[in-house]
Amino acid sequence: MSLQVDIRKSWKDFSLNVCFDLDKGPLGILGASGCGKSMTLKCIAGILRPDEGKIILNGRTLFDSEKKIDLKPQKRRVGYLFQDFALFPNMTVAENVGAGLILPKKEKQEQVCRMIEKFHLTGLEKKYPSQLSGGQKQRTALARIMAYRPDVLLLDEPFSALDAYLKEQLLLELLELLQDYSGDVILVTHSRDEAYKICPELMVVKEGLQVERGRTEALFRNPAYLETARMTGCKNLLKAEKKGPHELELTGLGLRLMTEQPVPEDVQYAGIRAHYFYVPEEPEKEVNLFRPLDFQETEAPFEINVIFHTKENSPGIWWKLEKETWNRLGRSMPPFLALSPGDVLPLR
Amino acid sequence: MIDWSPLVISLKTASLTMIFVFFLGLLAAQWVVNLKSEGLKIVLDGLLTLPLVLPPTVAGYFLLYLFGVKRPVGLFFLEYFGVKIPFSFGATVLAATVIAFPLMYRSARGALEQVDENLIYAARTLGFSEWKIFFRVALPACFPGIAGGAVLAFARGLGEFGATAMIAGNIMGKTRTLPLAVYSAVVAGDFETAGKYVLVIVLVSFLAVVLLNYFALREKRNRKGKKS
Repeated sequence: MSLQVDIRKSWKDFSLNVCFDLDKGPLGILGASGCGKSMTLKCIAGILRPDEGKIILNGRTLFDSEKKIDLKPQKRRVGYLFQDFALFPNMTVAENVGAGLILPKKEKQEQVCRMIEKFHLTGLEKKYPSQLSGGQKQRTALARIMAYRPDVLLLDEPFSALDAYLKEQLLLELLELLQDYSGDVILVTHSRDEAYKICPELMVVKEGLQVERGRTEALFRNPAYLETARMTGCKNLLKAEKKGPHELELTGLGLRLMTEQPVPEDVQYAGIRAHYFYVPEEPEKEVNLFRPLDFQETEAPFEINVIFHTKENSPGIWWKLEKETWNRLGRSMPPFLALSPGDVLPLR
Repeated sequence: MIDWSPLVISLKTASLTMIFVFFLGLLAAQWVVNLKSEGLKIVLDGLLTLPLVLPPTVAGYFLLYLFGVKRPVGLFFLEYFGVKIPFSFGATVLAATVIAFPLMYRSARGALEQVDENLIYAARTLGFSEWKIFFRVALPACFPGIAGGAVLAFARGLGEFGATAMIAGNIMGKTRTLPLAVYSAVVAGDFETAGKYVLVIVLVSFLAVVLLNYFALREKRNRKGKKS
């Protein structure tokens, strides 16, 4: 099972240029809204037509601008789960599930029954989509796609139309389902949580261009690019300049930091995750020390967010910590905060 | 006792007009919606909408120009089918169809364009042929809009006067529709008869508009997804 994608497409004020391959996946495509991640999926499905490039699925050419091959979406065997699920409103759950099947009546019925059971839709066969809950809609849409046995499954922000409390449960269900599926999977999302939980591999996209591609854990631990750091949830992104092989200066703050990773020549930002600050016991022994001048706290359900400044008129720095720790500190800012060199991310 | 033949002729004309226009308008709308070139879309849309904005007499002029017994199309019908179009019942339907066509076409186009494009895309990736998509996905999704267009076409067919008068004339019992009957009665100074015809036409038109509102309401409900 493999998918190779290498496509380019231009519009008046936007252009898409992505090149990647995957072997089963799931591959996560992570990017802000409007970055071209859904367009990439639409090109693979044949809904949009790239200007040039190639799409090859399991050795089958779906699109090749040089050879003038452009298979219709009907012939691609691509399963596309839409953000809003795109269930046919005039068909019942059972009719929706069987919509893509061209089989003799009896076999079709059996296949639909199997899918209804597998996706926990029993009892809902005769309901219409407007009578279903968000989770039921998603399961119906997935059953409809899986009944069709596609070679690749494209998931376009599958959880964004659902209530927050449903998301985690459905995410578990989806993971379970993906284990049985032998085809390739691509998940498009702007949520780092979804990407981290579902996809062992990740590609970060910005303004139609791919920024970085790699193992998910590695990208979360050591992002090399600003956009990767931003999309993986790094709160502090500060302008920086190189000062030594393992040293950089935060230009807005006039503060020098040591890094564990070598600092590249073209470093532009330093990323600091808000959770990684700690209160030093012996400040004089720390290499990366911050002296907060002020602070402002906001309380989230399970943690405290503190924003502090180390210089007048400089950007605020985020620190996130557990409520317990904050209470131990007497709910006020300690004189020093420290950061280990491994937690300073030099970014391009 | 008034002569009911204008009502019968009008209802027959309007019904036939609605049937013709339903299919023609839907086909034209589907064709224009699927056009790739925006420029061509605008030009064609303009041409197809023209009968709505032109004075009906201009449409009547064009119809006479084409279907008159000595004109190419009219001559063709006369020679091959032995049918004389001007001043026949068929001409009332022809005139009403041309005039009512843009109403159906525009309603259908609007309804088709409102269909959630993801539904169409989903159908394509599931292997639906374009025909199946049209009948099983697009048409059911926009049925209320299309039905509304058909009712409008019916109402317009009922009220058509100018083009009908020019190509079908005003022959009692044959081409005299309700609007022509009102005109004839007024010209003859018979306000009482005219008033009766007016009452009938107001009633039937009002019913049609009520029906139209009913479809519009259903469409709104469909969008909200309260009923399927």
